[in-house]
Amino acid sequence: MGGIGAAFEPPGEQWVRVSSRLRTVRRITLLLLLVPLTVLGVVVAQALGATAVGVLVAVVAVASVTIGWAAVERNWRAWGYAERADDLLVVRGVLTRRLVVVPYGRMQFVDVTAGPLERRFRIARVQLHTAAAATDASIPGLVPDEAARLRDRLAALGEARSAGL
Amino acid sequence: MSEPGEVARAVSGPGEVARPVGERSEPPHHADGEWHRLHPLTPLARGWTVVAAVLFVLTQNVSGPSTGWTATGILLAGAVVVGLVYGLFSWWFTRYRIEADALRLDTGVIFRRSRRVRLDRLQAVDVVRPLIARLLGLAELRLEVAGGSSSEAPLAYLSERNAQVLRAALLARAAGVRPDAPEADEQVLVRVPPEALIGSRLLSGSAIFGFLLVIALISGAIGLHTPFIFIGAVPTLIALATSEFRAFSTHFDFVVAESADGLRLRHGLLEHRSQTVPPGRVQALRIVQPWLWRRWDWVKVEVNVAGYAPGGGEDGTSRTSVLLPVAPRATALGVVGRVLPGVDIDAVSLTGLPARARWVRPIGWRFAACGADDRVFVSKRGRLRRELDVIAHGKAQSLRLSSGPIRRRLGLATVHLDSTPGPVRVHAPDRDALEARRIVEAQAERDRSARRVAGPERWMTAHAQPGPIHPAPVRPGPVESGPVEPGPVESGPVESGPVEPGPVEPGPVEPGPVEPGRVEPVPGPGQPAPAAAERTSLDHAD
Repeated sequence: MGGIGAAFEPPGEQWVRVSSRLRTVRRITLLLLLVPLTVLGVVVAQALGATAVGVLVAVVAVASVTIGWAAVERNWRAWGYAERADDLLVVRGVLTRRLVVVPYGRMQFVDVTAGPLERRFRIARVQLHTAAAATDASIPGLVPDEAARLRDRLAALGEARSAGL
Repeated sequence: MSEPGEVARAVSGPGEVARPVGERSEPPHHADGEWHRLHPLTPLARGWTVVAAVLFVLTQNVSGPSTGWTATGILLAGAVVVGLVYGLFSWWFTRYRIEADALRLDTGVIFRRSRRVRLDRLQAVDVVRPLIARLLGLAELRLEVAGGSSSEAPLAYLSERNAQVLRAALLARAAGVRPDAPEADEQVLVRVPPEALIGSRLLSGSAIFGFLLVIALISGAIGLHTPFIFIGAVPTLIALATSEFRAFSTHFDFVVAESADGLRLRHGLLEHRSQTVPPGRVQALRIVQPWLWRRWDWVKVEVNVAGYAPGGGEDGTSRTSVLLPVAPRATALGVVGRVLPGVDIDAVSLTGLPARARWVRPIGWRFAACGADDRVFVSKRGRLRRELDVIAHGKAQSLRLSSGPIRRRLGLATVHLDSTPGPVRVHAPDRDALEARRIVEAQAERDRSARRVAGPERWMTAHAQPGPIHPAPVRPGPVESGPVEPGPVESGPVESGPVEPGPVEPGPVEPGPVEPGRVEPVPGPGQPAPAAAERTSLDHAD
């Protein structure tokens, strides 16, 4: 890693982390995706009489789940955000590390979204939109109270500091 | 621009009889708060492609020996009639009105739509005259506001005269001056001569590719004694020729002028376009120098303007986001200096990349550099094709720092300063990671202070007098009684806003009818007096 970590350090003492339920949701998504595929692969291989292929599919699937399981953990740890006086900082990404700084006054609107699985686990995603399409500031895995608080705070601060284009 | 004097009342449309009071199709005054209709020839100008296609088919059928052509003809004629009737309905149901601080546009025959465009959010106003509309003396007026995927309020078509009048009225309201103020004077900064444009197109990459292809084909055809080798290449050649011609035709007779209402760009061979970009509406710009242009030190300048949505097909950025298609670098820098007053790009001190960046950028690493002064952030890149991004402080929508797997190991990161959609994506690639973070933090601070003192959305209003502008002069005091400054008296940038250009009063340079300069509001009590600034000569040196 070298000195790269320092470039993505939090402005305060620590990044605010996202809920660990995000990890659970992503792992369930991983399993929901891989298990039926694996079962299908094994059954088809068995039906065709190619047991070796079936075993191979199963091994690959187990390996994928193991790697994916760990990757979800690392990715979850990589998420963080910090609210400063004038802007919001979001950091994310393991392979490609990204930091985005969005001034409150530049915010056009804020989205809060939650899919069925996320609703089941009571987390939501807050997404900030600016006039630039490239702005990529979304925070997944927020507990509903925090998501609502963040949304309202961002909207209020955006109103207070709003600037023309 | 257009001849002064009384406005000729346009030809009466078919709906001239029996209409509600207060509705006229081509009124002399547009800013009267009443409903108006578009030009009665609109259905024809819009539907001419269909009509032409039908006529073409008809003539083909007539000349042919076919027996069933009468039936086809009747069918097609019916289609034309239906189309024209629909066009008339659509015309009848389209109305617009200028309100105190907005434009109302009602459209739609079956599904009615009423749209209100806030004029203080106006990003640009274009007058577009496609070929057929030019022949009919019509023009389309487009109001560009941020966030639209296409032009938000296209008024197609008005008579050319009305388009001019309406544009002046809208800009006056958007600027916050008296709505009946005459169109602001303008001063031509650059006129791109056709030979420079042709030269620049001939030296573009695709033209060179086309030349090489033709040479290869000729030698191949001679060598193999067969002309058929050409046939396979015909589509490629046609595509190349079309795109080159389009680039030439779009930017033909490119004129950059400056007025109190901002930059005026006029260009176009077949479809003529006249763009007005008010002060402070240029979000970011890029100076590009392709390798082959270097010998003449030509550059091209592209801009991001929030209203000009990218990828709009026919109206994509390639047409609207060019500030200068080709000009000597010194000239281009002069124009850039008008867009960003008080900015000298060459004076910004830049810092290069660390030597380890050569692992990801083997040639370009020596040529990439970025830096900032108190007004702008500048980033340049490129060994062969040189690019230089400029964004004024306070214009970035967000700042990003990113570092992929390889760059992370090298301790490098790329800084992005996100601007509104457009051709310019300001970024400083492959900086030392810690330095990159420092750039982000420093830029966030600069943006913050720049936004705090940013000029008003209505560029002609002083800081001390915000608030709504009404058609009747309601602001107190001597605000609107500023003296009309005759002659080439110039005022420089207002000190208080590093981004917004101050009210510039260019002298009347263009030949033709000289209108009195727009009446400028007197600076408020808290407003520093405009400082004198020397004007650079921007005549196109050739």
